[in-house]
Amino acid sequence: MQQRSIIRLGVPLAVAALALSACGSRSDSATGSSAASTKVAKIGVIAPLSGGLSAMGLGIKNSVDLAIKQANDSGAVAGWKFELYALDDEAKAEVGKNAATKISSDDAVIGVVGTLNSSVAQQTVPVLAAAKIAQVSPANTNPTLTQGADLANKKRPYNNYFRTCTTDAVQGPFAAQYLLGQGIKAVATIHDKKTYGQGLVDAFTAEFTKGGGKVVAAETVGENDKDFATVISKIKPSAPGAIYYGGEYPTAGPLSQQMKAQGLTIPLMGGDGIFDPKFIELAGATATGDMATSVGAPTDSTDAGKKFLTEYKAGGYKEEASAYGGYGYDAAKAIIEAAKSALKDAKDVKSGRDALLTALGKVSFDGVTGKVAFDEYGDTTSKVLTVYKVDGGKWVPAKTDTFK
Amino acid sequence: MDLFFQQLLNGLTLGSLYALIAVGYTVVYGIVQIINFAHGEVFMIGAFGAMATWTVLFQGNTSLWVLPLMIVGAVASSVVVAVLMERIAYRPLRHAPRLAPLITAIGISVFLQEAIRLFYPGAKSALPFPRIDVVTGTALTLGPLTVRRSAIFTIGSLIVCAALLWFFINRTKLGRGMLAVSQDKDTARLMGINVDRIIAVAFGLGAALAGVAGVAQGLQNNNIDFFMGFLAGLKAFTAAVLGGIGNVMGAVLGGLVLGVVEAMAVQFIPGTFGGSPWKDVWAFALLIIVLVFRPQGLLGARVVDRA
Repeated sequence: MQQRSIIRLGVPLAVAALALSACGSRSDSATGSSAASTKVAKIGVIAPLSGGLSAMGLGIKNSVDLAIKQANDSGAVAGWKFELYALDDEAKAEVGKNAATKISSDDAVIGVVGTLNSSVAQQTVPVLAAAKIAQVSPANTNPTLTQGADLANKKRPYNNYFRTCTTDAVQGPFAAQYLLGQGIKAVATIHDKKTYGQGLVDAFTAEFTKGGGKVVAAETVGENDKDFATVISKIKPSAPGAIYYGGEYPTAGPLSQQMKAQGLTIPLMGGDGIFDPKFIELAGATATGDMATSVGAPTDSTDAGKKFLTEYKAGGYKEEASAYGGYGYDAAKAIIEAAKSALKDAKDVKSGRDALLTALGKVSFDGVTGKVAFDEYGDTTSKVLTVYKVDGGKWVPAKTDTFK
Repeated sequence: MDLFFQQLLNGLTLGSLYALIAVGYTVVYGIVQIINFAHGEVFMIGAFGAMATWTVLFQGNTSLWVLPLMIVGAVASSVVVAVLMERIAYRPLRHAPRLAPLITAIGISVFLQEAIRLFYPGAKSALPFPRIDVVTGTALTLGPLTVRRSAIFTIGSLIVCAALLWFFINRTKLGRGMLAVSQDKDTARLMGINVDRIIAVAFGLGAALAGVAGVAQGLQNNNIDFFMGFLAGLKAFTAAVLGGIGNVMGAVLGGLVLGVVEAMAVQFIPGTFGGSPWKDVWAFALLIIVLVFRPQGLLGARVVDRA
């Protein structure tokens, strides 16, 4: 229902915006073609370029810029030149939606790399879908974006959305396999009753019991709880080998600390919601041994990744590539790759957009984060995840593997 | 059965915290008949005061002797804030309709939260509370029970504070002045009692206990944030009403009962309505039941003019 109202609002908005910008863009392309025979296709970026998450957003923007420069230098698509068109979403859904509306009114945009947050993508995808602009996300992990709200009955909501990172749906099972592999057969689960946390724990429990493990206690905590003594006392007699926590670090950090202060000295494991330095700060010295899964491999762990980081450095960007830079680079390259066939015979960007969506579904190349290719939902076919472990006050990669 | 005693201990620990804060509500209500809803924030200020003392003077030091100084820092900052609050915000409204100080309290509460959030370094998200030797660290084992070191500190604080409070109210001149003012303000003034000073003392007294509670909570949960006073304040207010608002020992009893009920609800109520997220529901359900049968609270006197 909500989705529908967004379309209802988004379509007329997009149409109006296109109509308004029609005259402007015609004169643009006229001057463009008279000056040189190369035509311009813009690649948009929607990411948080300011605020708390800007480190990751700027890493994505710079990486896309690098991919565009390299494509232009090598003349990746004959007769076409790419340009960067980056907008800030401040990690807010509404701001992201406005950015998407602005981008969809530009006839020269062929595709968008972004967003960082799944919540923002939920707003931008429908707006861009109305204009048939591809969106390739380097960082969204919410499964519903590609597989629809009903995960038991998968249905792709928008055919313009793709992502180069894997999703939450495989994080829980991946953690289950890892713990079983470590010989831990009894686990207690705790989650915070939010969509993300409950989803992680449900997926974890299913895989863990299938693999012969036993969930000896299943508890929930309130999102704003700070004192977990009672829950810990309740779990302790069932003697679990580890606790799997579904939720985020503001709750997980104190939980880990209090667990250990109460003599329950077993590791706490969680998803990418606790994979943050702040977790270790809140959990204190006893956090050593706690684990988290996160999507993808550390960029500097592969040869292609190292090459990318060297080139990134040579590009002279002020900010680090950060966790999702490699994925942003691969996302931009996927768009450029698809443009090779889609824009070859197109007279302008707008008429090539349909072909690009089809071509994007078929791309397949070796990127810096692994093989880049999409399944029928637009999810990446490479399901690489990494288990990180707290050691010496830092998250250290413990195991990178492909989820099967 | 072991679990019953374990959860009883957990509940008493939690309840001790509630009780320490609840005293502040009840003392102020007993004397000026206003509910100081900013009291939860005084508790939060206490925790930040302790942390600031540690950060500025003893950064990196985990010895036990630092703890008393942290408590002094906590009590000093919360008392200063509470007394200033009384002087600036409540005294001008002493004769205003009762709704005015209530709204003011909410305003102060938001003001204090935001002040900490904006101006305390790093307080935009939760901050780790300093670890102190002996009172934090691995739990002690007492037969089948696991006793957290911080729990001993919390329960001990309540015992010491309650004893001092009893002595102060019943055995000192200032304390008896408080009793007199709570019975009849005008007559007390006629007898030569400085009512303004007594009121300031009442605010300060509640704040001192809240400051101690701030340290206890920091040690126990190992992290503090600018919003911690909201729920703690609400629970403590509930405890004060449960025990009979205006009655100091009632606040202590109400706090302990509330804490134990929460712990037991987590352990023994099964199914959909059990577990940690429902503990507050059971705590408030208990409050409603008690108020239906004993509107004056567990230890409250039968007075018409009580909340």
